[in-house]
Amino acid sequence: MRITLTVNGTEYSRIIEPRLLLIHLIRDELRLTGSHWGCDTSNCGACVLWLDETPVKSCTVLAAMADGRRVMTVEGLAAGTRLDPVQEGFARCHGLQCGFCTPGMMLTARWLLDHHPDPSEADIREALSGQVCRCTGYENIVRAVRWAADYEAAQDQADHS
Amino acid sequence: MQVPAYVEYEKATSLTHALSLLAKFGPEARVLAGGHSLIPMMKLRLAQPETLIDINGLTELSYLDSTGTELRIGAMTRHAELLGSRLAGQHFPILHDAERVIADPVVRLWGTVGGSLCQADPSEDLSAAFAALEATMVIAGIEGKRTVPAREFHIGPYETVVGPGEILTEIKIALMPGGGSAYEKVGRRAGDWPVAAAGAAVWLEGNLIRTAGIGLTAVGAPQFAAREAEESLIGAPATQEAFARAGRLAAEHCRPVFDQRGPVEYKRHLASELTVRALRRAVERARG
Ligand SMILES: Cc1cc2nc3c(=O)[nH]c(=O)nc-3n(C[C@H](O)[C@H](O)[C@H](O)COP(=O)(O)OP(=O)(O)OC[C@H]3O[C@@H](n4cnc5c(N)ncnc54)[C@H](O)[C@@H]3O)c2cc1C
Ligand code: FES
Ligand code: FES
Repeated sequence: MRITLTVNGTEYSRIIEPRLLLIHLIRDELRLTGSHWGCDTSNCGACVLWLDETPVKSCTVLAAMADGRRVMTVEGLAAGTRLDPVQEGFARCHGLQCGFCTPGMMLTARWLLDHHPDPSEADIREALSGQVCRCTGYENIVRAVRWAADYEAAQDQADHS
Repeated sequence: MQVPAYVEYEKATSLTHALSLLAKFGPEARVLAGGHSLIPMMKLRLAQPETLIDINGLTELSYLDSTGTELRIGAMTRHAELLGSRLAGQHFPILHDAERVIADPVVRLWGTVGGSLCQADPSEDLSAAFAALEATMVIAGIEGKRTVPAREFHIGPYETVVGPGEILTEIKIALMPGGGSAYEKVGRRAGDWPVAAAGAAVWLEGNLIRTAGIGLTAVGAPQFAAREAEESLIGAPATQEAFARAGRLAAEHCRPVFDQRGPVEYKRHLASELTVRALRRAVERARG
């Protein structure tokens, strides 16, 4: 079947088998390898990307389901050369080590801050609770997200004064 | 690497279209909602449909509203939408209690209420919550719609009364004053299926219990309900003794099985204890 979808603002059209999983379309067909593929069972969150307005675990979504929709992967997070504050937070707070969980963590974190600009530590941990990190112990991931929240609040204030 | 077997795919654009596609492709066609239960089953070859009918475009099945006498939840409502609904939480806090502990926030953004019920996993949380609330399911077929009480919806594990050519469209719950409800779950870790869980909905008249619904999941309760426990509560004063008796009856009449989530005796213990806790909280809420 033919599908057409927009990934990070670019339209792609491909002929696929309906059984193709979204994560494989993104990584193998479109060669956007920022999204990772881990457990394959919707438990680890390495494959999280945005489908339209929300993060989803793309190992458990068919590429066919993304037909006519928008996808955002970690490659689409930065605005040109300017990192998203969440990315900046991960860099500054040492929010990653091996980086395997990082794209998924950042995409869910971005969603959290869009909906909840001032999350508590518990809110951040809850939001990321479906995603596994084997390296950091989560502490620095939480700090990274909080850093981004503070940064955005400061930006907002600067914009309004 | 786990991938589903070869399958055909059709995107439905309306309920009528989806029903006609189901009729056209016959009993080997399956409705695809969020796919968060179906796709894993297909990866494992536990499900091998010939055709998937994608109903994610059916915005007409995505709503949550009140008619004044009933709360209506469209089958394509995502878990996160139910959790985010003030209306649902106000009338039936049991639904928010349950949603807060179903899977994780990302899964909740995509998995649907209807998919959860139609999957009919014996550990499904919402099945117990809707059993406690004695909800009504609306099922559409090519000939029209029919309604089925929540407690007649499941035939057995992974089986419901929804026929091959049918689609669950809505869950309705009657709005009655004087009620309170709650859900209590024990899981092994964040985001996991329950070891056991219990939901309670009670309606009080003074200090007496007018009616009570108790739902249980993951412990082999028939139709996810604890009828003997409910009967013991009707007309009884809302006291710890009454809750304890209901808990004992709930544990006695369920049939948990030993699995990686725990032994039978532990699950029975949970059935009793969680029934008591859910009742206690439901009654507190009913008193306001
Ligand atoms: C990591 C993870 C953790 C989870 N943890 C929990 C948990 O703790 N508690 C819990 O209760 N659940 C849990 N779930 C299950 C989750 O709630 C379900 O996967 C999800 O809600 C199913 O909805 P869906 O829309 O994805 O259904 P699908 O997978 O699309 O469908 C499931 C089944 O229902 C059928 N179907 C779907 N919609 C309809 C309809 N409207 N009419 C007729 N048939 C239909 C499909 O054909 C299929 O057979 C978990 C899932 C995951 C992936
Ligand atoms: S690879 Fe999708 S959740 Fe792990
Ligand atoms: S940084 Fe290695 S898994 Fe998270």
